[in-house]
Formats: sequence, C-alpha cells, structure tokens
Amino acid sequence: MLKINNLHASIDDKSILKGLNIEVKAGEIHAIMGPNGAGKSTLANIIAGKEEYEVTDGIIELDGEDISELAPEERAHNGVFLSFQYPVEIPGVSVTNFIKTAINETRKAKGLEDMPAKDMLKMIREKSELLEIDRKFLSRSLNEGFSGGEKKRNEIFQMAMLEPKLAILDETDSGLDIDALRIVANGVNKLKSKDNAVIVITHYQRLLDYIVPDFVHVLHDGKIVKTGDASLALELEAKGYDWIKKELV
Amino acid sequence: MSKYTEEDLEQELKTKEYEYGFYTDIESETFAKGLNEDVVRAISKKKNEPQWMTDWRIEAFRVWEKMEEPDWANVKYPKPDFQGIAYYSAPKQKPKLNSLDEVDPDLLETFKKLGISLEEQKRLANVAVDIVIDSVSVATTFKKTLGEKGIIFMPISEAIQEHPELVRKHLGTVVPTSDNFYAALNSAVFSDGSFCYIPKGVKCPMELSTYFRINEGGTGQFERTLVVADKGSYVSYLEGCTAPSRDENQLHAAVVELIALDDAEIKYSTVQNWYPGDADGKGGVFNFVTKRGICETNAKISWTQVETGSAVTWKYPSCILKGNNSVGEFYSIAVTNHHQQADTGTKMIHLGKNTKSTIISKGISAGKSQNSYRGLVHVGARAENARNFSQCDSLLMGNACGAHTFPYIEAKNKSAQIEHEATTSKIGEDQLFYCNQRGIDTEKAIALIVNGFSKEVLNKLPMEFAVEAQKLLEISLEGSVG
Repeated sequence: MLKINNLHASIDDKSILKGLNIEVKAGEIHAIMGPNGAGKSTLANIIAGKEEYEVTDGIIELDGEDISELAPEERAHNGVFLSFQYPVEIPGVSVTNFIKTAINETRKAKGLEDMPAKDMLKMIREKSELLEIDRKFLSRSLNEGFSGGEKKRNEIFQMAMLEPKLAILDETDSGLDIDALRIVANGVNKLKSKDNAVIVITHYQRLLDYIVPDFVHVLHDGKIVKTGDASLALELEAKGYDWIKKELV
Repeated sequence: MSKYTEEDLEQELKTKEYEYGFYTDIESETFAKGLNEDVVRAISKKKNEPQWMTDWRIEAFRVWEKMEEPDWANVKYPKPDFQGIAYYSAPKQKPKLNSLDEVDPDLLETFKKLGISLEEQKRLANVAVDIVIDSVSVATTFKKTLGEKGIIFMPISEAIQEHPELVRKHLGTVVPTSDNFYAALNSAVFSDGSFCYIPKGVKCPMELSTYFRINEGGTGQFERTLVVADKGSYVSYLEGCTAPSRDENQLHAAVVELIALDDAEIKYSTVQNWYPGDADGKGGVFNFVTKRGICETNAKISWTQVETGSAVTWKYPSCILKGNNSVGEFYSIAVTNHHQQADTGTKMIHLGKNTKSTIISKGISAGKSQNSYRGLVHVGARAENARNFSQCDSLLMGNACGAHTFPYIEAKNKSAQIEHEATTSKIGEDQLFYCNQRGIDTEKAIALIVNGFSKEVLNKLPMEFAVEAQKLLEISLEGSVG
C-alpha cells in the first residue's frame, strides 16, 4: 500500500530524513519508535503533504502511485489520514460541521453527491458510540477547550468517519490517561481491516499493549535503523534507545 | 423627436422650463449633472411632493451647502465631485434580454454559487419571463396579509402621498437633516426608499423585505428608509437582497431611521454586497450610510449587518436609548478583500435608566484591504445602571491587510458598567493544513474558518438570510489565498 524509498527531506535547509525506507501492506500495523528529534513527526507530516518540508530525494508511493507531488487534500482524498499530535482549534466550527464538510469534500473530489443527512446521522451515531463519545461533545467547537484526551478521541472519531486506507497516528497516546488510551486503542482495533493499514508513531511501548503491531521500526537520525516484531518494542522499553545507538556505532 | 443632450437639459434647467413635458422621453429621464436649489425643487416637483416636503429638502440642501465632507474615517478615496453627479434618474430601463445566454457569464456564475433558482436568475438579470414566477404570487399574498393587520409597507415616495401625516411626523426626527454631510445630502435629494409602519400592539407576522416590495426600481443612490414601530409592536426588517448587485453608481448615501415607541421591538438586518471594485481596486461603490434608531421606554432595536461589498464603507448603525429599560444591539460582520476599505461600527447612546447595549463586531480582512471598527458607547448623566458589553474580533488573512479598532467610551454616570473585549487572530497555516489533511481544500477551509468566526452574528440573522450570507462570505473571500 505505502512504499517509501530512499526518502530525504529537510526543513529550512536542515536535513531531517536521510534515506528512509519503509513498506506497509494492507492489513498491517506498523509502529515507528525512536528518540526525540529522530524525525518521526516529520515523516508523518511529509506523508500527509505538509508544504514546509522539502523532499529532496526519494519516492512516496500509495498503491503504486507517486503521491509526492499531490496537495495534502488530494492525498486525503486518496485515503491518507493523519491523527495529529497537536490538533488545532477552529472556533465556531462544531465537530459535526467539520466532519460533515470533510466527508462531503472528499466525496465531491470523487464525483459523488453529498452524503444524505440521514446516512450521515446514522454513521455519526455508530462511530461516536464506538469511541464512547457523548452527543454533546459533537456540538462543541472543534478542539476548543478540549482536554488532551478529548482531542485525541476526536481525532480517532474523524478517522472512523473518514474510513481511510492508511491511517498515521502521531503520538496519539500522549496526553491520554489509561482509560482514554484503552478507548482510543479499542477504536483503532475495531476500525482495522484487511484492506487498510495503520502506522503508529509513538515514544513508548504503552500504546502497543493495546494496538499490537506486526512490525516495529526504530527511527534514528533520519533513517530506519532496526526493524522487528512486537517484541522489539518491549526490548526498547526495557533497555532504552541508547542500546540501539551503541549497536550502530 | 431627437433626444435631449445633456447641454439641452442644462439649458432648460437654467431657464426653469424643465417643469413641462420633457420627461416623457424615457431616454432623457435623467437630470443634468450638478446640484443647486433648482435641482432639489425639480426632484420634489417630479415626485409631485407636497410643499412641506419640498421645504424640508430645501432646508437640508442649504445646510449641506455649508458643510464639509468628513475626513476622520480611516479610509482613503478620491473625493467625489458632487457637481459631477446627476441627482435624479427615473427607474432605469435596463435592456430586456431574451434569454440567460445574453447575460454576463460572471453574474450567472455568482447566481449559481448563491443557489438562486433559474427563474429568479432571469428576474434578477432582467430577462423577460413569460410565466408567473413565485415571487409575484408571494408578493400578492404578502400584501394582503399585511393589509389585514394595518401594517403599512410601501415606497417612501408613495407614503409621502398616501400617509403624509405619518411621514411628516417622523421623518428626520432620528437623523436630522443637519446630522452630517451625507445625511444632509440625502435629505435634499433622496430618490426613494421604504416606509414601514406597524400599528400599536401588532406583531408583524413575517419578515419585511425590500426584496418583496412591489414597484422596486433599483435601490438608487440616495435611499431613504423610515421604520416606525408603534407601542408594543414588533417587526423584523430585511434590507437588501443577497443577489449580486452590479450597480455602477459610485456614490451611495442612504439614510435609515428607526423609531421604536414604548415596548416596541425592531430587528433590522442588512446584507450589503455592492460592487467592491475589481481585484486591482478599480471601480466600486462608495457607501456612506447613516443609520440610527431611537428606543422609547422598554423598547429594543437590533441591528444585524453583513457587509461584504463596496469599495469604501462608512457606516455606523446606532441606537439612542432614550427610554428607561431600553435595549440596543449591534451585530456586525464586515469583510474586506483586495483593496476594499471599511470603517464601520456603532454608537450606543444611553440616556434612559437601566438601558442595556450589546456590540458584537467581527471584522475579516484579506488581500490589501483595511478594516476598521469604530464604536462609541456614551452613558449620559441620568442613565443610572446603564450597561454595555462590546466584543470586537478581527480575523486577518495574509500579511498585506489591516484591522483596526477605535473604541470610544464616554461615561457620565458612575453606575455605568462597560465591558470591552477585543481579539485579533490570523488564519494559521496549521489550521489550513489540518483542514487540508481532512480533504478540505484551502478555499473551502477559509470559508469554514470564517463562518465559524462569524457564527455569533450569523446566528442573529433570520434563517434563510443566514444561509445566503454564509455563501456570500465564501464568495467574497474567493481568491484571497496565495
């Protein structure tokens, strides 16, 4: 599904990704771990198409198609979803209105009519139940005054509504208490199917107790330096990242 | 008969022979350029007005002659040449078109975006329509219902003929002829406008809209509106139609007067989208409006405005809270894009006891535009327990535009409670990327953010008006990215 080859990227002439390779197939869950400043969030933003980053070399393919020249909204229409580490506030725009706009814009790009209100309502009801979201929450302004947990739950709610092919969860566990973490992880697990894929970017092993990855990658200094199965995350938790760094020397 | 040239007209005006006959030729239904007492008299005569009305106009003209154009507003524009304007023009006979194919495609595109029906598009673009369109039958039903309640709603020129006592009693009582330069000019030469009277205790059962007014012949350069809500009555009045207006008249100077007698309530909503000029700032309407209302005891006036048009806007819908316990409200969205300039706000004049006012102003600036809020809260010495809450929010798009806030507070009574809040924000790259990531392109994202920002005011508009106003915001800000 996603194939990244020899990706080099920089921001303000500062090189961040230095020849990164990864391949994610449909039905898989990949975890990307690594110390602060390794380039984890940069990778997420580059896949989503954030313009501040300059891709200097390499390719990003989604289902065999090069997406590196596409605008962020076009990538979204092709099924890329990013759960933000720091979701932004949009005052005066309700969660419902926002997700409705997102869905209908995506449908429009595919030449479809707006989703009928009845279907939208049904879907909102189902997905909000899945994530134990209170109805009142949906009428609040997007992320305005939301607690950390509410913000992340809202991200996963949007993911549930948009049904992406490839979901990238950027530090979704940060700011979550254990109950919220369980709810969010359950949501992700229920949304998982053989046709979609998830990349979980995280600092800690904690989230991976709930969302069990097929592959764990260690990102260090702009490259994937080690790949293993779920047990690698546990090893990292026990030994820290220095162990990897030493191994590299 | 060959048509009159402007020189011919001028000649006739000089010799005062204009009073006879030459108006029959449609093409010469415009007065020569320039303004003097004779022209004012001629306008009054043309409208067959009673002597008191003529005198009133003349008095206004004499005041105007001695006044100077104000220059304190935060707007820059070439001063209009007041002698270079023709002050009377009969309802324009637009060329009749045979089908929509003959209409300016830009205009049609805008109609489409506003979701205006095909039949309505034809009507607005002056295409001959051979079937009875909805609005005609709506208008008829409308008139009947109003008549049963004793509500008067008609062009002010007709009201001067049919209800002279009402017009004479109230005209100029809120905005005196000498109020300001443009109000004086309007008083001298106003072409037409609306008059509305709601009898005692009557709740007007529908939104009164100039849109439905019969015989509307274009808004005109110098529109005059007078709304009188008698004791205990209620009316919601909608001004303007959200269809795009391509009026090329450079100068517009309207006056609106609202009178809310004891226990009455007037809601006055405006959507203004006159031609703002092109992207380079060429052309566009100069809009210098005086709007004011007076509240007697327990009365309430709410102004709600969505301003997206005009090259230059100078407008301060105000409330004089004369009666005890009266309430004034001002809800405004002003959008400026490209080279537009707006200096708009309100005045809340608290004179009575326990008077309350609320001001919510949302300014949105894009392109190279300048958007100013200017507001006065005045609390008179006898206004015990007056309260005001003002909130002025500015939203900026890009780095070339400006937002300014000029709040003035004058409190002469110690019991006054005045609160003022102001915020300035910018549409952030992060907000746009977030929306983009969810499949919403930048143009749509801006519309979404702007609508969210303006929500408190949009909510104050009558439902169907609010929907159109939202679309209008979207259209106004098109091309503001990049």
